[in-house]
Amino acid sequence: MSSQEISEENLPAGQDTAHGAVKVADDPFADPGLPPHKPRIQDIDERAARRSERAVAFMFTLSMLATVGFIASYVIFPVDKIVYIWPFGRVSALNFALGLTLGAALFFIGAGAVHWARTLMSDVEVADERHPIEASPEVKAKVMADFAAGAAESGMGRRKLIRNTMFGALSLVPLSGIVLLRDMGPLPEKKLRTTLWAKGKQLINMNTHEPLRPEDVAVGSLTFAMPEGLSEHDHHFQTEIAKAALMIVRIQPEDIKDKRELEWSHDGIVAFSKICTHVGCPISLYEQQTHHVLCPCHQSTFDLSDGARVIFGPAGHALPQLRIGVNEKGFLEALGDFDEPVGPAFWERG
Amino acid sequence: MSTVTDTKKKAPAGERVADWADGRLGIYTLAKANMRKIFPDHWSFMLGEICLYSFIIIILTGVYLTLFFHPSMNEVEYAGPYVPLQGQLMSEAFNSTMHISFEVRGGLLIRQIHHWAALIFLAGMFVHMMRVFFTGAFRKPREINWLFGFLLFFLGMFTGFTGYSLPDDLLSGTGVRFMQGAILSVPVVGTYLSMFLFGGEFPGGDFVARFYSAHVLLLPGIMLGLMVAHLILVFVHKHTHFEGPGRTNKNVVGMPLLPVYMAKAGGFFFLVFGVIAIIAAIASINPIWALGPYRPDQVSTGAQPDWYMGFAEGLIRVMPGWEINLWGHTLVLGVFIPLVIFPAVLGAIAVYPFIESWITGDKREHHIAQRPRNAPTRTAFGVAWITAYMIMLVGGGNDLWATHFHLSINSITWFVRIFFFAGPVIAFIVTKRICLGLQRRDKDKVLHGRESGIIKRLPHGEFVEVHEPLSQGELHRLTAHEQYAPAELPPAVDENGVERKIGRMEKLRVKLNKGYYGEDNQIAKPTVEEYKEIQSGHGHH
Ligand code: HEM
Ligand code: FES
Repeated sequence: MSSQEISEENLPAGQDTAHGAVKVADDPFADPGLPPHKPRIQDIDERAARRSERAVAFMFTLSMLATVGFIASYVIFPVDKIVYIWPFGRVSALNFALGLTLGAALFFIGAGAVHWARTLMSDVEVADERHPIEASPEVKAKVMADFAAGAAESGMGRRKLIRNTMFGALSLVPLSGIVLLRDMGPLPEKKLRTTLWAKGKQLINMNTHEPLRPEDVAVGSLTFAMPEGLSEHDHHFQTEIAKAALMIVRIQPEDIKDKRELEWSHDGIVAFSKICTHVGCPISLYEQQTHHVLCPCHQSTFDLSDGARVIFGPAGHALPQLRIGVNEKGFLEALGDFDEPVGPAFWERG
Repeated sequence: MSTVTDTKKKAPAGERVADWADGRLGIYTLAKANMRKIFPDHWSFMLGEICLYSFIIIILTGVYLTLFFHPSMNEVEYAGPYVPLQGQLMSEAFNSTMHISFEVRGGLLIRQIHHWAALIFLAGMFVHMMRVFFTGAFRKPREINWLFGFLLFFLGMFTGFTGYSLPDDLLSGTGVRFMQGAILSVPVVGTYLSMFLFGGEFPGGDFVARFYSAHVLLLPGIMLGLMVAHLILVFVHKHTHFEGPGRTNKNVVGMPLLPVYMAKAGGFFFLVFGVIAIIAAIASINPIWALGPYRPDQVSTGAQPDWYMGFAEGLIRVMPGWEINLWGHTLVLGVFIPLVIFPAVLGAIAVYPFIESWITGDKREHHIAQRPRNAPTRTAFGVAWITAYMIMLVGGGNDLWATHFHLSINSITWFVRIFFFAGPVIAFIVTKRICLGLQRRDKDKVLHGRESGIIKRLPHGEFVEVHEPLSQGELHRLTAHEQYAPAELPPAVDENGVERKIGRMEKLRVKLNKGYYGEDNQIAKPTVEEYKEIQSGHGHH
């Protein structure tokens, strides 16, 4: 590229050319060199120096005392003792005492050392030379020659067969490592499309662990439910509830704007996935006048009276609805699984 | 040295130990070059030290935490002393973090030091990186060290993220879910990545153990290596220093490692550690007992990640929820675009040094830390970048802004969307103007001297302010900076009348170069002639 030619002449004159480090009469901007050292009070007055010495020693002593205090606190304060300390409020006495004493023990070592350096150690500024990072041409030539000799002796260039098979072997061998990662997890298959919900599964109230009856679902509140047969003690509880969590509300049937929503409801009771379609937070806030639910994570808002479509926020699609009915015992039951995947969207969702 | 056998006195014990070590490690040769190595002093050079020290603190406290922490997602019933959670089901990870917080004496303190140090570590790296950026300290020969530093910041974010996910509490679990949702949005392979990372469906029973090995071994191991390399390069390149009398591109002015720098830097480690310990004593952080264990169907309101993830949080909050469904597939742009912008914005600052050196075409070594005003275009770019970053931090806390300042989320979202693009442009223009203004002021100061604040009445009655001439050291300091002449395209035909081919990249380079160094993009330094003319002529007020 021609960039080199052009730029060279545009480079500023290196400022070093100006550095005679002496005052040049006709260049008022020339570098006068390092200013003379200004002595500190400690450099001239031995009494001041001794004061500094005492200050440093005092700080180191404070540190020692603080460490003693740390060990004493560890022994004295019970781990569960809570005390009121203004303005911090109710705090753990042990944590407070250990932290402050440890902090002081460390801090005063630092303060002592820095004070020592600033007041008693020499503060004369010195200049060190810099040397170019690049090697000299002779060094470079020697390295290139060495390399050429080494390469020639290996015969890499001449014996192509060896070279090529070696590259082949070296590039294949990491494959074993990648293959070994295969068992990190199962393939996705249809796992994200299904939940525990199925036809005939009753809706179990999350709070009472009792099957829900239509009368249990009051107007104006969110009820959370999980599928019958799932227990918090199950091994897969967390993973199952991450998909199956359900929220139920009661809306006047005439207020339901979406035709399918009305069909899939029972007597104004509608059930939607509780898992936000944005990136999967559980939805938790319900505005009863508008029937809007809000995801507290990034404020996606869904209208439960209109097919749970997104009316605000970063979510990309409506919350899936679960089709429900009432069984012969009078309990709410699912009439099938969700007909689309719950939670965040993904490539295969379609 | 002490091999001389005929000396009567034996060498002191310390020297004999050193001799022993030298015979095996060659420490004298090492010390010869480094013991009195010169380090320049400037407050901003301490930022890097803060990072190093907080990293050491993190490792010390982290190792302590591993003594008690159980990286397992097996569910257990809580039977510890914290009454509100008794009987509740939780993972062993959460349970053991409760144990550390309530039963191990000093455990809570170490947890809080670990977490506070992590926050300070990342904040330190961010500010340190900005210091290097705005003083041009990333220029040759330090580009690679800039990349090492950037990688440390980048990995640090993930180390922090995997760390605060370990206790498996309601807040951090929500963050992990966020990450899993983001991974799902990746076209074609998203679901596979998620299944492999989590060992199946979210949350499964594996991620705490997997995050744990990344958090305590893999990531800190890489970071430790990078940090050592970073420091070795600082030693090899020697520190930059600001221009001033006696300070040139060929020397380094400061105080020797032994004793001053060692005492100051060593002391500073204890200061940082002490301050963090005190913060941990008085300011609680991540009180997991108040949050409770993670449940994918529960959430705490006002969920906020640690500050360094706020940028990603902001992106995902303000992005419109675009989803494209085609041929049975879903392109989740609303999540995937933020996932791409996140590394892209960070990457922009990472590659900047290479872009600038391409624009200037300058292949020389630079050891002078520039004053930001003397590189207006770069400074403006840096401020624009910070602006974009900060706007997204605002977006990441949109609900907090809304409740604190009684604004609607909607207007904050739109503010962030617009100003993520407009803010940097405005910041760029304003910053460049300020820099040029400051350059002009420096020039005035050089030519007319410093305003003394003394008003003098001239014989004919006019009042003027007395300007004191600057010392030569000060004159030198204000005029020592380099200024590039703008690049020009070569003439369209060469000497032989043959048409010259100029590549499109070269044209772009010249254009950008003019934007950096052309007219109106820098203020020409005062010349000696200008100075003399003013000083001899009317220069006496
Ligand atoms: C390099 C940077 C590191 C960062 C930024 C970092 C950050 C964090 C954070 C923010 C937490 C959450 C603490 C809480 O609030 O409960 C954490 C937890 C933890 N970290 Fe680190 N860490 C780092 C390195 C290490 C290392 C090197 C180790 C061990 C050798 C370690 C061991 C642990 C353990 C065991 C926990 C879980 C215990 C608990 O949360 O109480 N960390 N880390
Ligand atoms: S997860 Fe619900 S809005 Fe983001």
